[in-house]
Amino acid sequence: MDVKNGETVKGTNFVNLRSAGDPVELGRRYSQCGADELCFLDITASFEGRKTFTDMVRRVAREINIPFTVGGGINELDDVERMLEAGADKVSVNSAAIRNPGLIDEVARRFGSQVIVCAIDARNDADGWHCYTKGGRVRQELGLYDWAHEVQERGAGEILFTSMDHDGVKQGFAVEALAHLADWLSIPVIASGGAGCREHFRDVFALGHADAALAASVFHFGEILIPELKQYLHDENIEVRL
Amino acid sequence: MIAVVKYNAGNIFSVMNALGRLGVEAVLTDDADLLRRADGVVFPGQGEASGAMSYLREHGLDVVIRGLRQPVLGICIGQQLMCRHSQEGDTDCLGIFPVDVVRFVPERHEDKVPQMGWNSIRGLASPLFDGVNEGAYIYNVHSFYVPVCDFTIASCEYILPYSAALRKDNFFSTQFHPEKSGSVGERILSNFLEMCKP
Repeated sequence: MDVKNGETVKGTNFVNLRSAGDPVELGRRYSQCGADELCFLDITASFEGRKTFTDMVRRVAREINIPFTVGGGINELDDVERMLEAGADKVSVNSAAIRNPGLIDEVARRFGSQVIVCAIDARNDADGWHCYTKGGRVRQELGLYDWAHEVQERGAGEILFTSMDHDGVKQGFAVEALAHLADWLSIPVIASGGAGCREHFRDVFALGHADAALAASVFHFGEILIPELKQYLHDENIEVRL
Repeated sequence: MIAVVKYNAGNIFSVMNALGRLGVEAVLTDDADLLRRADGVVFPGQGEASGAMSYLREHGLDVVIRGLRQPVLGICIGQQLMCRHSQEGDTDCLGIFPVDVVRFVPERHEDKVPQMGWNSIRGLASPLFDGVNEGAYIYNVHSFYVPVCDFTIASCEYILPYSAALRKDNFFSTQFHPEKSGSVGERILSNFLEMCKP
């Protein structure tokens, strides 16, 4: 769930935000229908917006009985601490980790690897997979695979990999890049970007070897129902919590 | 009154929130008298064993917890601290369960440590699991585990079979996080609360 000023929004290729309701309400509905984890991303940049987001995290922690990750605007150790104190189980970092890779080591040392999810937005450019920051606006010279390996060595507990080429277009996840990451790394890889139908979820596990898959709009707009999706995956011999 | 042990481990508020959802206003405290007087005590947490143990000793909480007579529920690092010894930081623990805590050793590429995520519990043998089905899913975050032993009341499989829950007399514990395990976890917590009724 992308959250702006306390409201859930979801874009297509990172632009065109559409509103999809109250994040806590939506989160509760998802936990009731079988989502395994929730992820809330703060896409407001202002100080006021950040306070609203922290209050939302506190409400989520009070009302929802499954694990959740929060991210967006995490720049330093204090931000991580504030989110954990508000009740988040895990915190995801993205641009700040590329700007200051030592942040990953610091968080891992202070709170343990299990709290730190390193989010990586990448695009398959003509010269290979590259990382992007600032919500996909700024290209970095850093290659996807080099960076993924580095964050693992620095102590990240999980990698949340979003393929910007696949995000929002509903043509399936980036299974080749995912398989490459998952087969190489020793930490879990969460796939994000590209879910359009239930077969894409089968492929992300069977071909992409992902440890988990994340989706937003197909769930927000009811195009895929979680209980049906999980039953389908179970029937396809993929282990899921039913 | 339900008391939650206050110490330097993380993740304690998740348990307070989960008890709150079950309508229980628990007291978060490190006060020996309050802990002894409570109808039930929850000993939760996430963190590192040696640091947590030194804190408990410095605050005299080791003696208090060991001496509790009412139902006690240790969760995650709480369970590990209730054992005899932990490989994590080569730490002598409370010794309530006469068993030792060891680290997962990966055997294949898929064996990721810590175990983070949902897994299923079997061999449920305690009122703690009343109304919980064999194979029910629970949420885990841990690198260390207790092998299957005489005190095992539920087991789980990750790399190898291990104890998902333990019991000795009035002391219960789970390696998993019932406070994050959806409706199954809520059932387990309310079964524990049921045992605490005076």
